[in-house]
Amino acid sequence: MYRYDEFDARFVRERVAQFRDQVARRLDGSLTEDEFKPLRLKNGVYLQLHAYMLRIAIPYGTLSARQLRQLALIGEKYDRGYGHFTTRTNMQFNWPRLRDVPEILDLLADVEMHCIQTSGNCIRNVTADHFAGVAADEVEDPRPTAELIRQWSSLHPEFDYLPRKFKIAVTGSPQDRAVTKAHDIGLRILRNAKGEIGYEVMVGGGLGRTPMIAKTIRAFLPKAELLAYLEAVLRVYNLEGRRDNKYKARVKILVHEIGAEKFTQLVEDEYARLDGPSIVADPQEVARIAAYFAPPAYEKLPLRSTGFDAAKTQNRAFATWASVNLFPHKLTGYAAATISLKNIGEAPGDVTSAQMRVLADLAEKYSFDELRITHAQNVVLPHVKQDDLFAVWQALVAADLASANAGLITDIIACPGLDYCSLATARSIPIAQALAQRFADQERQIEIGELNIKISGCINACAHHHVGHIGILGLEKSGKESYQITLGGDATLNAAIGERLGPGLDAEDVPDTIERIVEVYLQHRKAGEPFIDAVRRLGLEPFKAVVQETLHAPA
Amino acid sequence: MTAAKRPPLPVILLANDLLDGEVVFWTGRVWSDRPQEALIARDEAGAALLEAAAAEALAQNKVVDAYLVDVALDGEGRAVPRHYREKIKTEGPSVRRDLGKQAGQSNLVPTGH
Repeated sequence: MYRYDEFDARFVRERVAQFRDQVARRLDGSLTEDEFKPLRLKNGVYLQLHAYMLRIAIPYGTLSARQLRQLALIGEKYDRGYGHFTTRTNMQFNWPRLRDVPEILDLLADVEMHCIQTSGNCIRNVTADHFAGVAADEVEDPRPTAELIRQWSSLHPEFDYLPRKFKIAVTGSPQDRAVTKAHDIGLRILRNAKGEIGYEVMVGGGLGRTPMIAKTIRAFLPKAELLAYLEAVLRVYNLEGRRDNKYKARVKILVHEIGAEKFTQLVEDEYARLDGPSIVADPQEVARIAAYFAPPAYEKLPLRSTGFDAAKTQNRAFATWASVNLFPHKLTGYAAATISLKNIGEAPGDVTSAQMRVLADLAEKYSFDELRITHAQNVVLPHVKQDDLFAVWQALVAADLASANAGLITDIIACPGLDYCSLATARSIPIAQALAQRFADQERQIEIGELNIKISGCINACAHHHVGHIGILGLEKSGKESYQITLGGDATLNAAIGERLGPGLDAEDVPDTIERIVEVYLQHRKAGEPFIDAVRRLGLEPFKAVVQETLHAPA
Repeated sequence: MTAAKRPPLPVILLANDLLDGEVVFWTGRVWSDRPQEALIARDEAGAALLEAAAAEALAQNKVVDAYLVDVALDGEGRAVPRHYREKIKTEGPSVRRDLGKQAGQSNLVPTGH
């Protein structure tokens, strides 16, 4: 993992001192709310429905045990004993007091964490594949790239007041697990014909009220040129992006309005003009960063662990968990374990302080002190010996963290919705809970197979509903909560925006409707055909009929 | 806040405490974290007084996000917001009945103001 050097540490401490002073000046009236709001947002402090909310950056979703324990402590001391992992792999606390935030920021700085640029019109926390350094198909670990971008973008003077927020995601594999095509910039590490490493640069993706899939503006950018090229992209956006209308200010709108070809030309012109060598990172610095992500001291292990196989034979629940929640590791004898934060009937992504401590202990003992947070609001122990998996699972069972549903229909992504969020138009968590309860049966979940449901409580689409196989959007209709269902979205490299099946439904009709959609799939699927493939083959019509049935069912 | 945007009567005034974030209600005298203590304005003159109280409290940096909320009166004469958003705001998360005002919790530090 990356460790702060003296400059990083000083920068974060200075920022805490600045914010402490800003809070004091707000309280004595020197700063008005209009003046203070952008300052608090730049430090991750929002005002939500019931209280302030603090969003803590987890760069590229990577945490150490010490950091997670500190989050547990903050949750206990300054919040209500729990936190919430978001779809951008950050952690949010729902109940902090403004007066306590400077103390919390100091505690975060103690473990090399902060809330800088988790809000506001700047370059946000960079996300990456949660199986970075694990996946066998990986061309290169995306984390050194993500860390390089984090350092370059932190308080970048030119990009501190962009037209709107700006999100970057990096994947190092052909399989996209970081939703790169729904980001302002998506980067995919690849090799060219000569075997050199570089990036496919995709720009203009985003969800919200105008969902767009990113366009490739450079099929291959040599690795060493990354920061200069990003600077050219940001410069074009900063100059040409709209500032007259916040709903049209994201780079996706610019790319859409002038066209990908023209946008690419502007970027290439800017790139030709700027002084690249003065911007790109010093190779020594790149090497210094990369060294922090060197593989841990793996043991040489046989392909199969007899202990693991025996435990699966003897314990059916463990075998089920292992078949659903494990991801193959590039090294023999290891596995990456997804720890689901989607217990049936609970809020997706919520984790208690006690559970955080269990996860920290497990990471320390069994996974080289490393944890990953996924955009699907789960946690990953990236490097567990197969021999240790049964012990890990037993500890997870004791902590109520052993749901065997990673990637299945109850592994639902949901934003906090109107239960917490001041922007929301409807609740999302109760819909997720009702659906999880409806599909709770383990055998049936496995029979249905991979199926992503994503539920957003407003058009801002924090839960990525547009790219859910089934997307649910909560709106207000005639003073009531109403839920629109979309189908056929895809968050991977085949990224696609789901299409609406019909008018909005009442909350109580959502579980029946989703169940009927699943029934249509089960009736028509070919052997081994996943839900999303069947939807593509069948088209929307058979599923639209289901929504019509719900709408016209006798009350 | 202008009269043109005023919600239908009766109304109460709520806000978030600047220091602690807690949802607070104007009682006519102080800001209280208890919804049942909210002063209910039943006519335009009463609503105008609430608006004046909001403007003053914002100017004094006591609260943020102050606005009028239209309410219905329950059997005991207590104000209940008509809109589901404001109802959740005055109770707490519907998915965590153990948290927020509905559970008797408050973030207000008593010496706050």
